[in-house]
Amino acid sequence: MGLGIDVRNRIAKRAAEEIKNGMVVNLGIGIPSLVPNHLPDHVNVMFHAENGITGMGPSPKKGEEDENLCNAGGFPVTVVAGASYCDSAISFGMIRRGRVDMTILGSLEVSENGDLANWIVPGKKVPGMGGAMELAQKAKKVIVLMNHVDKHGKPKIVKECSLPLTSARCVDLIITEMGVFVVTNDGLHLKEIFPPYSFQEIKTNTGCSFQW
Amino acid sequence: MENSYNKIITIERAMENFQDGMTIIFGGFGGIGSPPTIIDGILDKEVKELTLIGNDTGFPHIGIGKIVSEGRAAKIIASHIGSNPVAGQLMTEGKLEVEFSPQGILAERIRAGGVGLGAILSDIGMDNEMVADGKQRVIVEGKEYLVETALKGDVSIIYAKKADPYGNLIYDKSARNTNPLVAMAGNITIAEVEEIVPLGSLEPHEITTPGVFVDYIVPSKGVNWTWAWE
Repeated sequence: MGLGIDVRNRIAKRAAEEIKNGMVVNLGIGIPSLVPNHLPDHVNVMFHAENGITGMGPSPKKGEEDENLCNAGGFPVTVVAGASYCDSAISFGMIRRGRVDMTILGSLEVSENGDLANWIVPGKKVPGMGGAMELAQKAKKVIVLMNHVDKHGKPKIVKECSLPLTSARCVDLIITEMGVFVVTNDGLHLKEIFPPYSFQEIKTNTGCSFQW
Repeated sequence: MENSYNKIITIERAMENFQDGMTIIFGGFGGIGSPPTIIDGILDKEVKELTLIGNDTGFPHIGIGKIVSEGRAAKIIASHIGSNPVAGQLMTEGKLEVEFSPQGILAERIRAGGVGLGAILSDIGMDNEMVADGKQRVIVEGKEYLVETALKGDVSIIYAKKADPYGNLIYDKSARNTNPLVAMAGNITIAEVEEIVPLGSLEPHEITTPGVFVDYIVPSKGVNWTWAWE
């Protein structure tokens, strides 16, 4: 069960509120790619792409694509004023050195202590970790945007991940269509409930205990 | 064009450096910044049992993916093969050995090979068996790291926007990606370039890869694949 575009945009809009002026932010594919559409004009941010762009801008108009200017997913992008290019080693140097303030990514499962499992889809071939491990482990803040439950209606926020981990204890914030959770040292805290959902609905659809 | 360092060669001459069973390190990220003319040369020469080292396996008909899809590789060291289902299929069938390395660590391992270091110390994926299994661990100043060995190749193949006859290189936008690292890691480095300009016409401060790392320069015939977004 996928989420409609309105719900996806609502999640992206809430994530955009986490971005503060001057940040360097890396975005994953899926809902995270919608986040820039919801940034207020006064927030200056440099979007980072693993393939060596700091200062990525929106998609180009049709016909204006440049095959040598693409994001990490291989799709054409543009750059903003102040952007720079670098090689892959420098790009990941920024991540490991803690210069990337935030990564916003999707996930298959997140555990109550912030374990992230987002790189091996069950029953599919092993795609490889790409840059996900470094981003999850080293970005200063890790925000997960995802459906609250999977296509079978099973909770994706769980006590312990059943899928192979990308990185342990790395997630700081989870935003779903139902609400916002903060991961802390003493467990999961539900911070916001989105209409039309109730506390009870969130409790029923979450696979672990949490504070409210 | 002057060829004062004898580095500018034809694609046919460049192909004399390729044999079965060799290790090729390739530049590019999802095919962007991979050298199309050299890749086609490798396909035409029908070399096989190759070990390939690079960021990813491209797409089935894009970049290094063309070589992988034709079954010419015995082994690949990469961070990601998800955009090339043929690579996954060959891996499942036991026809392609795949070693996964986290993307930035792979880049550093290639860089280490290129700058004369034996290994790097990394704390990425230490509790992940796919990354950490079989790797030596060391403690430096109280912190534990994995020893990630340097990667080198018989030949590096890269793609750049401009070269001068000495092999000084400038890359185009995000097509730079792994190319400057790969450029250093081959025993022989062959750069495919869009344009060869006279010696002295590149500003020294603009050069990304100094020509000392580049053995041969091959003029590009241009990208001959259709991009995934097209």
